[in-house]
Amino acid sequence: MRRPGAAFTAYGNPSYYEDRVVRFAAPNRQLRNNGAAWTPLHLLQGTITPNGLHYERHHNGVPDIDPARHELLLHGLVKTPSFFSMDALLAYPMRSQICFVECGGNSNAGWNTSPARSEAGYFHGLVSCSEWTGIPLSILLDEVGVDPAADWLIADGADAFAMNISVPMAKARDDAMLGLYQNGERLRPENGYPLRLILPGWEGVLNVKWLRSLKASKTPIMARNETARYTELLPSGKARMFSFIMQTKSLITSPSADMHLAHGPGIYEITGLAWSGNGRITRVDVSVDGGQSWAAAELQPPVLARAFTRFRIPWQWNGKPAIIMSRAVDETGAVQPARAELLKQRGRHGFYHYNAIVRWAVDETGAVSHTYEGDNAQAIDDFGLDSAWD
Amino acid sequence: MHKRLMILALILLGTRPLNAAQWQGPPATPGLGRPASAAEIAKLDWGVMPDGSGLPAGAGSVAQGERIYAMHCISCHGQGGLGDGGDQLAGAVMQLTDEWPEKTVGTYWPYATTLFDFIRRSMPMTRPGVLSDSEVYAVTAYILHLNGILAADAVLNASTLKDITLPNHEGFIPMPH
Repeated sequence: MRRPGAAFTAYGNPSYYEDRVVRFAAPNRQLRNNGAAWTPLHLLQGTITPNGLHYERHHNGVPDIDPARHELLLHGLVKTPSFFSMDALLAYPMRSQICFVECGGNSNAGWNTSPARSEAGYFHGLVSCSEWTGIPLSILLDEVGVDPAADWLIADGADAFAMNISVPMAKARDDAMLGLYQNGERLRPENGYPLRLILPGWEGVLNVKWLRSLKASKTPIMARNETARYTELLPSGKARMFSFIMQTKSLITSPSADMHLAHGPGIYEITGLAWSGNGRITRVDVSVDGGQSWAAAELQPPVLARAFTRFRIPWQWNGKPAIIMSRAVDETGAVQPARAELLKQRGRHGFYHYNAIVRWAVDETGAVSHTYEGDNAQAIDDFGLDSAWD
Repeated sequence: MHKRLMILALILLGTRPLNAAQWQGPPATPGLGRPASAAEIAKLDWGVMPDGSGLPAGAGSVAQGERIYAMHCISCHGQGGLGDGGDQLAGAVMQLTDEWPEKTVGTYWPYATTLFDFIRRSMPMTRPGVLSDSEVYAVTAYILHLNGILAADAVLNASTLKDITLPNHEGFIPMPH
């Protein structure tokens, strides 16, 4: 005898057998609504991040915004400063684009002197990829009539933090979108409901969530999050600012840290993700001998500009210790750097925009852990979330 | 046959506008914006620019700022702005080229106006918006004082704040994009 199954659900959830596939949140110790939550990249497949697992980074909690009371103001150097209600915005022509959003601070534990011990996603998962649907921002800019002297748009969020940041007008006109839908459904509250900016390939902090106003301006506002934060101190003592484009990056998601090659020597698929804010990924090379030799992995279609690209390559593990790593190249020719090279260029105190090659060490038992070139994989963990998440 | 004609008609409709007249000239967009009045804009236009535009009326002293800091800021930013869960704001011993640089208002921040803009919009985290404009001037003055930029008896207002140049003003390299 078989038992009838469960009834319908109004909105489905993952199987409860999959309840370990969750975000990892690291809130500020004094303010629990400030912090970040990582996408479990190591537990996912394909290229699209489920909405409930999209990474979160907010600065003072997720606001509860009634769309009936939310309006977007376009003002500053424009002919007709105007409000757009959510009802009005939903009547505009839209387009969809699959692209990643990555926090500027993603992978920042890579700057630490010893390798972080967390799983791949809980180290590199402040990046997610979705199909975003919204209104090309250029439509509204044309409607309100932007003064040609306005080189910047200053965006404000409606959250308690009132996030503000300056966006170059050229990007706003090029491919910026007023995001309304995420993977077919309206934005999740933690991803900006009811309205957010989407700037394909650009640092997450510019993709302002809970968007309330855009002000056309001749100059940037020099907000806290484009000066004191989201700037990268260099060894010279100078700091990079307006480093908007997320650079070429890849990561083997399986096998990866904390996993185990459970079936002994044999065939394993090495798979991972590659992405670049510059455009399309053109090649991902994989090494299983610590970078002495490389082989080109298969790039799984579709390979889209500024989106996750899934790569795969079969590997015959012979049961001996191995170092596996991936290296991405994009259509501009930009190559993902080795960690030593990145540290040489950028020092150790830039915090943001860490995109170095990631090395996973496989030991003779099949256990996988994170390792640095020339490092003892057993080094102590100094992965501490510092106050940079405030 | 009828069905084939229908399909042909659909293809034609897909490639040619339904009403040619409405498709002349630049593509039409809905135009559903509602013109905003100056008073409506003023409520949302509260950003402070590096040239001081946007700074409101009001004034506050270092001494007043110290009292406000003790009430609203010290639990996260620590005694003397040394940081405690929240950012270190002052008291840097290490400079930016040292092995463990301390990025404070005095060593790292390029603009004093940013301090006012940020405190007014975002601080204190538990009660953002609780401070009056004069209180924001005061606590800005106190933080600048902790960094050796303002004297203990200084008073900050729109005109004095916009004239402050922070030590790391020239410390940033804009990246091409």
